[in-house]
Amino acid sequence: MTSLEFHPKHQYVREERFPHVWCPGCGLGILLQSYIGAVEKSGIPQDNHVLVSGIGCTARIPGYVNMDTYHTTHGRAIPFATGIKLANPDLKVTVISGDGDLFNIGGNHFIHAARRNMDLLVICSNNFNYGMTGGQHGATTPPTSKSASTPYGNIEPAFNLPHLAYALGASYVARWTVMHPRQLVKSIKTAMEVKGFAFIEVLSPCPPNFAKFNGFADGFEEMEFYRSNSIVRNEAKLDDISIDPFHGKPVVLGDFVNRKRASYVTLERELIKKSMEGSR
Amino acid sequence: MIKESKINHDQGNIWRTPVNYERFPKPKGKIHIFPERCKECNYCTNYCPNEVLERSTSVNVYGYHPVRVKKGKEDSCVACGMCQTICPDFAIFVTEVRQ
Ligand SMILES: Cc1ncc(C[n+]2csc(CCOP(=O)(O)OP(=O)(O)O)c2C)c(N)n1
Ligand code: SF4
Ligand code: SF4
Ligand SMILES: [Mg+2]
Repeated sequence: MTSLEFHPKHQYVREERFPHVWCPGCGLGILLQSYIGAVEKSGIPQDNHVLVSGIGCTARIPGYVNMDTYHTTHGRAIPFATGIKLANPDLKVTVISGDGDLFNIGGNHFIHAARRNMDLLVICSNNFNYGMTGGQHGATTPPTSKSASTPYGNIEPAFNLPHLAYALGASYVARWTVMHPRQLVKSIKTAMEVKGFAFIEVLSPCPPNFAKFNGFADGFEEMEFYRSNSIVRNEAKLDDISIDPFHGKPVVLGDFVNRKRASYVTLERELIKKSMEGSR
Repeated sequence: MIKESKINHDQGNIWRTPVNYERFPKPKGKIHIFPERCKECNYCTNYCPNEVLERSTSVNVYGYHPVRVKKGKEDSCVACGMCQTICPDFAIFVTEVRQ
Protein backbone atom coordinates (compact mmCIF):
# COMPACT_ATOMS: atom_id res chain seq x y z
CA MET A 1 0.00 0.00 0.00
CA THR A 2 1.28 3.44 -0.87
CA SER A 3 0.80 6.54 1.25
CA LEU A 4 -1.25 7.99 -1.59
CA GLU A 5 -4.13 5.69 -0.73
CA PHE A 6 -7.04 7.16 1.17
CA HIS A 7 -10.12 5.57 2.61
CA PRO A 8 -13.06 5.95 0.17
CA LYS A 9 -14.84 8.14 2.75
CA HIS A 10 -11.76 10.37 3.00
CA GLN A 11 -13.63 13.50 1.93
CA TYR A 12 -16.02 13.22 4.88
CA VAL A 13 -13.74 12.27 7.78
CA ARG A 14 -10.85 13.91 9.53
CA GLU A 15 -8.57 10.97 8.80
CA GLU A 16 -5.58 12.66 10.40
CA ARG A 17 -7.28 12.06 13.78
CA PHE A 18 -7.38 8.28 13.34
CA PRO A 19 -7.08 5.89 15.07
CA HIS A 20 -10.11 7.24 16.93
CA VAL A 21 -10.65 7.07 20.71
CA TRP A 22 -13.24 4.27 20.79
CA CYS A 23 -12.55 0.81 22.23
CA PRO A 24 -11.90 -2.23 20.03
CA GLY A 25 -15.29 -3.48 18.84
CA CYS A 26 -17.15 -0.31 19.82
CA GLY A 27 -20.03 0.18 17.38
CA LEU A 28 -19.66 3.94 17.16
CA GLY A 29 -17.25 3.78 14.22
CA ILE A 30 -19.91 1.92 12.24
CA LEU A 31 -22.49 4.56 13.15
CA LEU A 32 -20.03 7.26 12.04
CA GLN A 33 -19.52 5.48 8.73
CA SER A 34 -23.29 5.02 8.29
CA TYR A 35 -23.97 8.70 8.94
CA ILE A 36 -21.44 9.88 6.38
CA GLY A 37 -22.72 7.22 3.98
CA ALA A 38 -26.14 8.87 4.26
CA VAL A 39 -24.66 12.37 3.91
CA GLU A 40 -22.97 11.20 0.71
CA LYS A 41 -26.24 9.80 -0.66
CA SER A 42 -28.43 12.68 0.58
CA GLY A 43 -27.84 14.94 -2.40
CA ILE A 44 -27.42 17.82 0.07
CA PRO A 45 -23.98 19.46 -0.28
CA GLN A 46 -21.54 18.54 2.49
CA ASP A 47 -21.31 22.22 3.47
CA ASN A 48 -25.05 22.38 4.18
CA HIS A 49 -24.94 19.57 6.74
CA VAL A 50 -24.30 20.36 10.40
CA LEU A 51 -23.68 17.74 13.07
CA VAL A 52 -24.19 18.41 16.78
CA SER A 53 -23.54 16.24 19.83
CA GLY A 54 -23.59 16.48 23.62
CA ILE A 55 -21.14 14.65 25.86
CA GLY A 56 -20.13 10.99 25.95
CA CYS A 57 -18.35 8.45 23.77
CA THR A 58 -21.04 8.84 21.10
CA ALA A 59 -20.69 12.59 21.29
CA ARG A 60 -17.14 12.27 19.99
CA ILE A 61 -18.51 11.35 16.54
CA PRO A 62 -18.72 14.95 15.20
CA GLY A 63 -15.01 15.39 15.99
CA TYR A 64 -14.21 12.97 13.18
CA VAL A 65 -16.60 14.40 10.61
CA ASN A 66 -15.12 16.82 8.10
CA MET A 67 -17.81 19.51 8.08
CA ASP A 68 -19.36 22.05 10.45
CA THR A 69 -19.71 20.12 13.71
CA TYR A 70 -20.40 21.04 17.33
CA HIS A 71 -19.48 19.13 20.46
CA THR A 72 -21.64 20.89 23.05
CA THR A 73 -22.39 20.43 26.78
CA HIS A 74 -23.92 17.36 28.42
CA GLY A 75 -27.56 16.86 27.45
CA ARG A 76 -27.81 20.12 25.51
CA ALA A 77 -27.19 19.03 21.92
CA ILE A 78 -30.86 19.50 20.96
CA PRO A 79 -31.10 23.13 22.16
CA PHE A 80 -27.86 23.99 20.31
CA ALA A 81 -29.15 22.26 17.19
CA THR A 82 -32.50 24.03 17.49
CA GLY A 83 -30.72 27.37 17.58
CA ILE A 84 -28.69 26.51 14.50
CA LYS A 85 -31.79 25.40 12.60
CA LEU A 86 -33.85 28.47 13.50
CA ALA A 87 -31.01 30.85 12.65
CA ASN A 88 -30.42 29.15 9.31
CA PRO A 89 -33.30 26.92 8.22
CA ASP A 90 -31.50 25.98 4.98
CA LEU A 91 -29.04 23.79 6.88
CA LYS A 92 -29.63 20.06 7.45
CA VAL A 93 -29.05 19.78 11.18
CA THR A 94 -28.42 16.36 12.74
CA VAL A 95 -27.84 15.47 16.37
CA ILE A 96 -25.89 12.30 17.20
CA SER A 97 -25.54 11.57 20.88
CA GLY A 98 -25.70 8.82 23.47
CA ASP A 99 -28.69 7.37 25.31
CA GLY A 100 -27.51 8.91 28.57
CA ASP A 101 -26.97 12.30 27.01
CA LEU A 102 -30.28 12.43 25.12
CA PHE A 103 -32.59 10.63 27.56
CA ASN A 104 -31.20 11.04 31.06
CA ILE A 105 -29.71 14.50 31.50
CA GLY A 106 -31.17 15.76 28.22
CA GLY A 107 -34.58 14.05 28.29
CA ASN A 108 -36.58 17.22 28.69
CA HIS A 109 -35.08 18.79 25.57
CA PHE A 110 -35.92 15.69 23.59
CA ILE A 111 -39.59 15.66 24.59
CA HIS A 112 -40.11 19.30 23.71
CA ALA A 113 -38.25 19.16 20.39
CA ALA A 114 -40.39 16.18 19.39
CA ARG A 115 -43.58 17.85 20.65
CA ARG A 116 -42.84 20.94 18.53
CA ASN A 117 -41.92 18.75 15.58
CA MET A 118 -38.70 20.73 15.36
CA ASP A 119 -36.91 20.22 12.03
CA LEU A 120 -34.06 18.09 13.33
CA LEU A 121 -32.77 14.58 12.82
CA VAL A 122 -31.84 13.04 16.16
CA ILE A 123 -29.83 9.81 16.13
CA CYS A 124 -29.39 8.15 19.51
CA SER A 125 -26.66 5.57 19.91
CA ASN A 126 -28.11 3.30 22.58
CA ASN A 127 -25.46 1.17 24.27
CA PHE A 128 -27.73 0.83 27.35
CA ASN A 129 -25.31 2.63 29.65
CA TYR A 130 -23.07 5.60 30.33
CA GLY A 131 -20.12 4.26 28.35
CA MET A 132 -17.72 7.11 28.86
CA THR A 133 -17.93 7.21 32.64
CA GLY A 134 -17.55 3.48 33.21
CA GLY A 135 -20.86 1.80 32.43
CA GLN A 136 -23.42 3.10 34.92
CA HIS A 137 -27.11 2.35 34.32
CA GLY A 138 -29.68 4.88 33.16
CA ALA A 139 -33.17 5.22 31.72
CA THR A 140 -32.37 2.93 28.78
CA THR A 141 -30.75 0.04 30.69
CA PRO A 142 -32.87 -3.10 30.09
CA PRO A 143 -34.62 -4.73 33.07
CA THR A 144 -32.47 -7.12 35.16
CA SER A 145 -29.34 -6.38 33.14
CA LYS A 146 -26.14 -5.61 35.00
CA SER A 147 -24.10 -2.45 34.92
CA ALA A 148 -21.44 -0.74 37.04
CA SER A 149 -24.22 0.69 39.22
CA THR A 150 -26.64 -2.27 39.09
CA PRO A 151 -24.32 -5.17 39.99
CA TYR A 152 -27.30 -7.28 41.16
CA GLY A 153 -29.43 -6.46 38.14
CA ASN A 154 -31.49 -3.44 37.16
CA ILE A 155 -34.90 -3.23 38.85
CA GLU A 156 -36.09 -0.30 36.73
CA PRO A 157 -38.04 -0.53 33.49
CA ALA A 158 -36.38 1.14 30.49
CA PHE A 159 -37.69 3.75 28.06
CA ASN A 160 -39.14 2.36 24.87
CA LEU A 161 -37.61 5.10 22.73
CA PRO A 162 -39.50 4.67 19.41
CA HIS A 163 -42.81 4.57 21.28
CA LEU A 164 -41.83 7.67 23.25
CA ALA A 165 -40.81 9.59 20.11
CA TYR A 166 -44.02 8.59 18.31
CA ALA A 167 -46.26 9.55 21.23
CA LEU A 168 -44.57 12.95 21.41
CA GLY A 169 -45.29 13.66 17.75
CA ALA A 170 -42.12 12.84 15.80
CA SER A 171 -42.63 12.73 12.03
CA TYR A 172 -40.17 9.87 11.51
CA VAL A 173 -39.23 7.04 13.89
CA ALA A 174 -36.91 4.06 13.30
CA ARG A 175 -34.73 1.61 15.18
CA TRP A 176 -31.71 -0.24 13.78
CA THR A 177 -28.44 -1.64 15.08
CA VAL A 178 -24.88 -1.18 13.84
CA MET A 179 -25.11 -4.84 12.81
CA HIS A 180 -27.51 -3.58 10.08
CA PRO A 181 -25.34 -0.88 8.49
CA ARG A 182 -26.98 -0.92 5.07
CA GLN A 183 -30.50 -0.56 6.43
CA LEU A 184 -29.18 2.10 8.78
CA VAL A 185 -27.70 4.20 5.94
CA LYS A 186 -31.02 3.99 4.10
CA SER A 187 -32.94 4.96 7.19
CA ILE A 188 -30.70 7.96 7.94
CA LYS A 189 -30.97 9.10 4.32
CA THR A 190 -34.78 8.85 4.44
CA ALA A 191 -34.85 10.68 7.76
CA MET A 192 -32.80 13.49 6.23
CA GLU A 193 -35.64 14.10 3.76
CA VAL A 194 -38.26 14.41 6.50
CA LYS A 195 -39.82 17.76 7.38
CA GLY A 196 -40.06 17.94 11.14
CA PHE A 197 -38.62 15.81 13.90
CA ALA A 198 -36.96 12.55 12.86
CA PHE A 199 -35.65 10.07 15.39
CA ILE A 200 -33.51 6.95 14.90
CA GLU A 201 -32.45 4.69 17.75
CA VAL A 202 -29.28 2.73 16.94
CA LEU A 203 -28.26 -0.15 19.18
CA SER A 204 -24.49 -0.36 19.47
CA PRO A 205 -22.14 -2.70 21.32
CA CYS A 206 -20.07 -1.42 24.23
CA PRO A 207 -17.58 -4.25 24.85
CA PRO A 208 -15.94 -3.08 28.12
CA ASN A 209 -19.22 -2.15 29.84
CA PHE A 210 -22.61 -3.47 28.76
CA ALA A 211 -21.08 -6.50 27.03
CA LYS A 212 -18.70 -7.36 29.85
CA PHE A 213 -21.30 -6.96 32.61
CA ASN A 214 -23.86 -9.09 30.80
CA GLY A 215 -21.88 -12.13 29.73
CA PHE A 216 -20.79 -11.24 26.22
CA ALA A 217 -17.09 -12.04 25.78
CA ASP A 218 -16.49 -9.19 23.35
CA GLY A 219 -18.06 -6.85 20.82
CA PHE A 220 -18.44 -9.65 18.31
CA GLU A 221 -20.67 -11.63 20.69
CA GLU A 222 -22.84 -8.58 21.24
CA MET A 223 -23.01 -8.06 17.45
CA GLU A 224 -23.98 -11.70 17.02
CA PHE A 225 -26.66 -11.21 19.64
CA TYR A 226 -28.20 -8.42 17.52
CA ARG A 227 -27.84 -10.48 14.36
CA SER A 228 -29.58 -13.54 15.74
CA ASN A 229 -32.07 -11.95 18.16
CA SER A 230 -33.50 -9.12 16.11
CA ILE A 231 -36.46 -9.14 13.75
CA VAL A 232 -37.51 -6.47 11.27
CA ARG A 233 -41.14 -5.36 11.64
CA ASN A 234 -41.86 -2.03 10.01
CA GLU A 235 -45.52 -2.27 11.04
CA ALA A 236 -44.82 -3.20 14.67
CA LYS A 237 -47.13 -1.88 17.37
CA LEU A 238 -44.79 0.54 19.05
CA ASP A 239 -45.99 -0.08 22.61
CA ASP A 240 -44.90 -3.72 22.18
CA ILE A 241 -41.29 -3.08 21.24
CA SER A 242 -39.58 -2.26 24.51
CA ILE A 243 -36.10 -3.76 24.68
CA ASP A 244 -36.03 -6.69 27.09
CA PRO A 245 -33.42 -9.03 25.60
CA PHE A 246 -32.72 -11.08 28.72
CA HIS A 247 -36.22 -12.56 28.89
CA GLY A 248 -36.30 -14.10 25.45
CA LYS A 249 -37.88 -11.09 23.75
CA PRO A 250 -36.53 -10.41 20.25
CA VAL A 251 -35.31 -6.91 19.48
CA VAL A 252 -37.74 -5.35 16.99
CA LEU A 253 -36.16 -3.18 14.29
CA GLY A 254 -37.62 -1.22 11.42
CA ASP A 255 -38.65 2.06 9.85
CA PHE A 256 -41.76 2.43 11.98
CA VAL A 257 -43.21 5.88 11.33
CA ASN A 258 -43.01 8.36 8.45
CA ARG A 259 -45.95 10.75 8.69
CA LYS A 260 -46.76 14.30 7.71
CA ARG A 261 -47.27 16.78 10.53
CA ALA A 262 -46.72 20.54 10.32
CA SER A 263 -43.13 21.22 11.31
CA TYR A 264 -42.01 24.03 13.59
CA VAL A 265 -39.93 25.80 10.96
CA THR A 266 -42.77 25.68 8.41
CA LEU A 267 -45.24 27.17 10.91
CA GLU A 268 -42.74 29.77 12.04
CA ARG A 269 -42.00 30.92 8.48
CA GLU A 270 -45.73 31.13 7.72
CA LEU A 271 -46.30 33.17 10.85
CA ILE A 272 -43.47 35.57 10.02
CA LYS A 273 -44.77 36.01 6.48
CA LYS A 274 -48.31 36.69 7.70
CA SER A 275 -47.24 39.17 10.34
CA MET A 276 -45.02 41.02 7.83
CA GLU A 277 -48.10 41.42 5.66
CA GLY A 278 -49.79 43.03 8.63
CA SER A 279 -52.45 40.37 9.28
CA ARG A 280 -52.82 38.45 12.55
CA MET B 1 -24.20 -16.92 25.79
CA ILE B 2 -24.90 -17.06 22.05
CA LYS B 3 -22.10 -19.44 21.13
CA GLU B 4 -24.41 -21.83 19.25
CA SER B 5 -25.17 -19.27 16.54
CA LYS B 6 -22.15 -19.91 14.33
CA ILE B 7 -22.25 -18.15 11.02
CA ASN B 8 -23.06 -20.39 8.13
CA HIS B 9 -20.68 -19.47 5.33
CA ASP B 10 -21.59 -22.51 3.29
CA GLN B 11 -24.28 -21.03 1.13
CA GLY B 12 -24.51 -24.27 -0.83
CA ASN B 13 -26.51 -25.62 2.09
CA ILE B 14 -29.24 -23.08 1.54
CA TRP B 15 -29.28 -22.36 -2.18
CA ARG B 16 -28.96 -24.64 -5.15
CA THR B 17 -26.02 -23.64 -7.38
CA PRO B 18 -27.45 -22.37 -10.70
CA VAL B 19 -26.54 -24.57 -13.65
CA ASN B 20 -24.97 -21.68 -15.58
CA TYR B 21 -23.08 -20.43 -12.50
CA GLU B 22 -19.63 -20.83 -14.04
CA ARG B 23 -20.51 -18.69 -17.04
CA PHE B 24 -20.89 -15.55 -14.97
CA PRO B 25 -17.71 -13.64 -14.18
CA LYS B 26 -17.20 -13.16 -10.46
CA PRO B 27 -16.19 -9.67 -9.40
CA LYS B 28 -12.69 -9.43 -8.01
CA GLY B 29 -11.65 -7.19 -5.17
CA LYS B 30 -8.40 -5.79 -3.88
CA ILE B 31 -8.18 -5.30 -0.13
CA HIS B 32 -6.42 -2.29 1.35
CA ILE B 33 -5.53 -2.27 5.04
CA PHE B 34 -4.32 0.53 7.30
CA PRO B 35 -2.50 -1.67 9.86
CA GLU B 36 -1.98 1.17 12.34
CA ARG B 37 -5.77 1.72 12.66
CA CYS B 38 -6.83 -1.88 13.21
CA LYS B 39 -7.92 -2.69 16.78
CA GLU B 40 -8.32 -6.40 16.27
CA CYS B 41 -12.09 -6.45 16.88
CA ASN B 42 -12.38 -9.33 14.42
CA TYR B 43 -15.57 -8.08 12.80
CA CYS B 44 -14.12 -8.25 9.29
CA THR B 45 -12.54 -11.67 9.82
CA ASN B 46 -15.87 -13.04 11.08
CA TYR B 47 -18.23 -11.36 8.62
CA CYS B 48 -16.24 -11.79 5.39
CA PRO B 49 -18.41 -14.29 3.46
CA ASN B 50 -15.36 -15.85 1.81
CA GLU B 51 -13.20 -15.97 4.94
CA VAL B 52 -10.44 -14.05 3.23
CA LEU B 53 -9.04 -12.27 6.29
CA GLU B 54 -7.19 -13.30 9.42
CA ARG B 55 -5.38 -11.67 12.32
CA SER B 56 -1.67 -11.32 11.60
CA THR B 57 1.15 -12.21 13.95
CA SER B 58 2.77 -8.79 13.62
CA VAL B 59 1.98 -6.05 16.12
CA ASN B 60 1.14 -2.41 15.36
CA VAL B 61 2.31 0.56 17.46
CA TYR B 62 -0.75 0.26 19.71
CA GLY B 63 -0.13 -3.43 20.40
CA TYR B 64 -2.87 -4.86 18.19
CA HIS B 65 -2.44 -7.62 15.61
CA PRO B 66 -3.78 -6.02 12.43
CA VAL B 67 -5.69 -8.17 9.97
CA ARG B 68 -4.18 -9.45 6.74
CA VAL B 69 -5.24 -11.48 3.72
CA LYS B 70 -4.87 -15.22 4.31
CA LYS B 71 -2.21 -17.07 2.35
CA GLY B 72 -3.87 -18.75 -0.61
CA LYS B 73 -6.91 -16.42 -0.44
CA GLU B 74 -5.33 -13.59 -2.44
CA ASP B 75 -7.77 -14.10 -5.32
CA SER B 76 -10.86 -14.94 -3.26
CA CYS B 77 -12.19 -11.45 -2.55
CA VAL B 78 -15.38 -10.74 -4.54
CA ALA B 79 -15.52 -7.04 -3.62
CA CYS B 80 -18.75 -7.32 -1.62
CA GLY B 81 -17.50 -4.57 0.69
CA MET B 82 -18.66 -6.22 3.91
CA CYS B 83 -15.33 -5.71 5.73
CA GLN B 84 -15.28 -2.03 4.78
CA THR B 85 -18.88 -1.54 5.92
CA ILE B 86 -18.52 -3.33 9.24
CA CYS B 87 -15.07 -2.03 10.24
CA PRO B 88 -15.58 0.50 13.05
CA ASP B 89 -12.06 1.84 12.58
CA PHE B 90 -11.89 2.79 8.87
CA ALA B 91 -8.97 0.35 8.78
CA ILE B 92 -9.91 -1.62 5.69
CA PHE B 93 -11.43 -0.95 2.29
CA VAL B 94 -11.93 -2.72 -0.98
CA THR B 95 -11.58 -1.62 -4.57
CA GLU B 96 -12.95 -3.62 -7.46
CA VAL B 97 -10.32 -4.88 -9.90
CA ARG B 98 -11.29 -4.58 -13.55
CA GLN B 99 -10.82 -7.93 -15.26
C1 LIG C 1 -23.02 18.14 33.50
C2 LIG C 1 -22.28 16.86 33.40
N1 LIG C 1 -22.65 15.82 34.19
C3 LIG C 1 -22.00 14.66 34.12
C4 LIG C 1 -20.97 14.49 33.24
C5 LIG C 1 -20.23 13.17 33.19
N2 LIG C 1 -20.54 12.40 32.00
C6 LIG C 1 -19.74 12.41 30.93
S1 LIG C 1 -20.25 11.39 29.70
C7 LIG C 1 -21.59 10.92 30.63
C8 LIG C 1 -22.58 9.89 30.14
C9 LIG C 1 -22.63 9.67 28.70
O1 LIG C 1 -23.48 8.60 28.43
P1 LIG C 1 -24.10 8.41 27.01
O2 LIG C 1 -24.73 9.66 26.56
O3 LIG C 1 -24.95 7.19 27.02
O4 LIG C 1 -22.83 8.23 26.06
P2 LIG C 1 -21.91 6.96 25.77
O5 LIG C 1 -20.59 7.27 26.43
O6 LIG C 1 -22.57 5.76 26.36
O7 LIG C 1 -21.83 6.91 24.29
C10 LIG C 1 -21.61 11.56 31.86
C11 LIG C 1 -22.63 11.33 32.91
C12 LIG C 1 -20.61 15.59 32.43
N3 LIG C 1 -19.62 15.48 31.51
N4 LIG C 1 -21.28 16.75 32.53
S1 SF4 D 1 -16.78 2.71 26.55
FE1 SF4 D 1 -18.30 1.74 25.23
S2 SF4 D 1 -19.22 3.40 24.04
FE2 SF4 D 1 -17.30 4.17 24.94
S3 SF4 D 1 -15.72 3.84 23.35
FE3 SF4 D 1 -15.68 2.05 24.70
S4 SF4 D 1 -17.07 0.60 23.72
FE4 SF4 D 1 -17.51 2.59 22.83
S1 SF4 E 1 -12.99 -4.75 11.37
FE1 SF4 E 1 -11.40 -3.16 11.20
S2 SF4 E 1 -10.59 -2.88 13.28
FE2 SF4 E 1 -11.79 -4.78 13.27
S3 SF4 E 1 -10.25 -6.40 12.88
FE3 SF4 E 1 -11.08 -5.81 10.88
S4 SF4 E 1 -9.71 -4.19 10.09
FE4 SF4 E 1 -9.29 -4.44 12.30
MG1 LIG F 1 -24.63 5.31 26.29
